[in-house]
Amino acid sequence: MKDMPQRYVYAYAVTRDCAAVAGALETVTGVAAEPVGGVRHLGLMALAGRVPAAEYDEGALSERLEDLPWLEGVARAHQRVVDAVTAAGPCVLPLRLATVFHDEAGVRAMLEDRGQQLRSALDRLDGRTEWGVKVYAPEPTAAPRPPAPRATTSGRDYLRRRAAERHAHQEGERRAGEAARGIHTTLAALAEETRLYPPQNPALSRHPGRNVLNAAYLVPWDSAPHFTSAVTGLAEHAPGDGLRVELTGPWAPYSFVTPDTP
Amino acid sequence: MTGAALPADRRLTLVDLLDRLLAGGVVLTGDLTLRIADVDLVRIDLNALISSVDASVVPSPWEEQHP
Repeated sequence: MKDMPQRYVYAYAVTRDCAAVAGALETVTGVAAEPVGGVRHLGLMALAGRVPAAEYDEGALSERLEDLPWLEGVARAHQRVVDAVTAAGPCVLPLRLATVFHDEAGVRAMLEDRGQQLRSALDRLDGRTEWGVKVYAPEPTAAPRPPAPRATTSGRDYLRRRAAERHAHQEGERRAGEAARGIHTTLAALAEETRLYPPQNPALSRHPGRNVLNAAYLVPWDSAPHFTSAVTGLAEHAPGDGLRVELTGPWAPYSFVTPDTP
Repeated sequence: MTGAALPADRRLTLVDLLDRLLAGGVVLTGDLTLRIADVDLVRIDLNALISSVDASVVPSPWEEQHP
């Protein structure tokens, strides 16, 4: 039986092979605090680092991915590498978290096999960046509970009042949904592509309120100031509808690595 | 090029990161990668993960009722 390898290769992103990327990598470390370098092949470059095989083999990974503090460390390190290269200027194709190869030869073989697809994605996304926008509505459970029926209140009155309250609650939800859709429509008109994510779990996001829109927008760099000021304008108006608007970014185009399929 | 960046001290929430890192990004599968790449990471149930979070990080709502 062959010895287990000591190290695997964790790949973060793919870019075109250029000097600016190599410079940006000098100061950044990866998920295992390892130096990150470029694996170059055929004009492409995979940003990758060597990680302990024992920690990143299949069994270990599938267990560790359910360990939230570990997952957070890996996610933040992954993002740190992608951010460092994005800041250097070139178009970056981020890879999904925990893309692990046996060795550098495997990375080069991937760059060869998937070269055409990777190049066309780099062309499509060049000069563009991703912005995230989330909209929150007040938590429905925050509404005051109706008082218990008093002796002087008939059952019929009580039920009528409950129905009115339910109706007001549904009306509030409907208005929040409509306002969120309006925000999305406005921003989608300023973006080349959009992606909708499922609403975030408030226990994980630690945000008060209900997440009613969780969207990503692909925006050309030159239009970024226009887009962000549009978000600021919407955020200023949102409290009037009882909503809160939040912007994140610029992100590497995580949400747009595969073209829009109609 | 990066003039539109937000202030660097603005820390992203983990959920914002996981939305993108677990559901976005290029997916590479095949003989070249470890089979972990075949694992549908999107299916990782973040709700289940909550239970693994240190209580000091995310206080449970009922804790405050016990002085």
